[in-house]
Amino acid sequence: MLAKLTHPRIGGLLILSLIIALLPLALPNNYYYDVAIKIGINAIVVVGLNLLIGYAGQISLGHGGFFGLGAYTSGILTAVYGWPPLLALLTGVAVVGVLSFIVARPILRLTGHYLAMATLGLGIIISIVISNEDWLTGGPDGMYVEPFTLLGWELYGEKPWYWVIGALLVISVWMAMNIVDSPAGRALRAVHGSEVAAQVVGVDTTGYKVLLFVVSAVFASVMGSLFAHYSGFITPAQAGFFHSIELVTMVVLGGMASTYGALVGAVLLTVLPQLLSGFEDFEMVIFGLILMLTLIFMPKGLVPTLTHKLKDWRGGRS
Amino acid sequence: MGAGRPLLVITAGCSGIMFAEFLQYLFSGMTIGATYALVGLGFAIIYNASHVINFAQGEFVMIGGMATVFLIHIGLPLPVAILGAVALAVVTGLALEKLAVEPARNADVVTLIIITIGASIFLRGLAQVLWGKEFFALPAFSGNDPIHLGGATLLPQSLWVLGITLAIVVALAWFFKYTLIGKAILATACNADAAKMMGINTQFILFISFGLSALLGAVAGIIVAPITLTSYDVGIMLGLKGFVAAVLGGLGSAVGAIVGGLLLGIIEAMAAGYISSDYKDAVPFVIILLILFFLPSGLFGARGTERV
Repeated sequence: MLAKLTHPRIGGLLILSLIIALLPLALPNNYYYDVAIKIGINAIVVVGLNLLIGYAGQISLGHGGFFGLGAYTSGILTAVYGWPPLLALLTGVAVVGVLSFIVARPILRLTGHYLAMATLGLGIIISIVISNEDWLTGGPDGMYVEPFTLLGWELYGEKPWYWVIGALLVISVWMAMNIVDSPAGRALRAVHGSEVAAQVVGVDTTGYKVLLFVVSAVFASVMGSLFAHYSGFITPAQAGFFHSIELVTMVVLGGMASTYGALVGAVLLTVLPQLLSGFEDFEMVIFGLILMLTLIFMPKGLVPTLTHKLKDWRGGRS
Repeated sequence: MGAGRPLLVITAGCSGIMFAEFLQYLFSGMTIGATYALVGLGFAIIYNASHVINFAQGEFVMIGGMATVFLIHIGLPLPVAILGAVALAVVTGLALEKLAVEPARNADVVTLIIITIGASIFLRGLAQVLWGKEFFALPAFSGNDPIHLGGATLLPQSLWVLGITLAIVVALAWFFKYTLIGKAILATACNADAAKMMGINTQFILFISFGLSALLGAVAGIIVAPITLTSYDVGIMLGLKGFVAAVLGGLGSAVGAIVGGLLLGIIEAMAAGYISSDYKDAVPFVIILLILFFLPSGLFGARGTERV
């Protein structure tokens, strides 16, 4: 029993669930709930994206686009066409899944950072389309989205959303860890180690990379849909280049190939702008500086570097 | 067939106008394309030295334009302001390599790329604090009297853009062919390990590459500023399009970046003129997706097997 609890996977999930369950005791009002929900939404996207960056060694500069596509598919189908939210969300998943597969299949055959270029292009095209087709999307001014309803039950207000997003976060971390430990995940770690060696022993490296890309894009789409219903208002910025950059930064800052690193990255980069908003004009300068300095001094990201330090310290003591 | 003759006249007149229109789009496309080419060249040079995609490249473009505006504002004559702005960009580029990239040189390429993204946010934020959020115009180098050519008009500044770009390309070709540092840069691009074994200091090459890229970006930002205006965030789009130019020509190929940039500018201008100006900014990205699908090595990239 104890061995099972200290197993990194189950132990980690328990700690995460405990934090989510106890956090409301420390949240004084709805503003803090709102920040916590936004952290959760970002964290789920980043857990998905970490699979791609950390395990397939590929960067995506277009996950904001997938997030935005999910958000606008949900917004438009529910508000304009009166679809039930769950059906709209699943339609978003289908659209993003197919789109990401079509894009990834030919491009992930190439070595190098071509996926970065392709996803960058795709994300920018998506955000330009959303900005331009204002008859459908409201253009740069954004659009209102109806609350999420399921079987007549309406999800509304910060506290219910907190528990929904919290539960989804635990589920997505569990899913990500399963993917990492599955044969596909082991194959992918081989890809990150030496792609050629993996191919030689018969691993379909392209197939696995495509799979991870599609999974991570779908994570982003689902969270885009839920974000749209939660916030009730979406703008093209959700699909924008800067949002994509933020998401990648969360992964790299927290620590690539570390699911909990991705969580830490999501917490830091969601809270940081809230803290920096007091600095107004200096917000960008400080944000850029923190990003650079962290990676210069901890190139592997926060969590891997700190766990390494901790192990060293323990080793030194015994 | 009595109606044939007048119809022919009408179409001839029409095609004259159409040709003038085409020529107009071609001129504006080549002008903006030349700046994409210079920015793309900057991407290619740093990529060759380190396989890092330097996302701060667009900020060199911004520094070039904005610093020139600022230096003119404090009373310096245009040529001095231009030299000062280029120098500022080069120093920024060198500092970026020395202070941010070199300390993390053993990190993953992905990490290095994110460091350059951090640098670009930092520099953009700094520009916003120092120079504000407004758009600024730079005076044209030699007046605004348009030159009429084949029914189309050409701004004198366009000639400056094309002329300076050409001069820089020629100078770079000479630099790579005849100077020791130029040859060392090429050797490093070709095979960094072999270059190191031959006694080339590849870290120094990367240092020089950042300076050179900053120079190219700043020049692009300065020569295009009288036409397109400049602001603290002008580097985002120009940088991204320069990156597209570099990939279009095959990432790492200098000739490819130049041809890719010109081509990109021309297609963008044609699409804006003939199809839809709303989607002008989307055009480069549609093109790059098509290229990646159908010509994955770019137009001029090497096709070869990878060595292990």
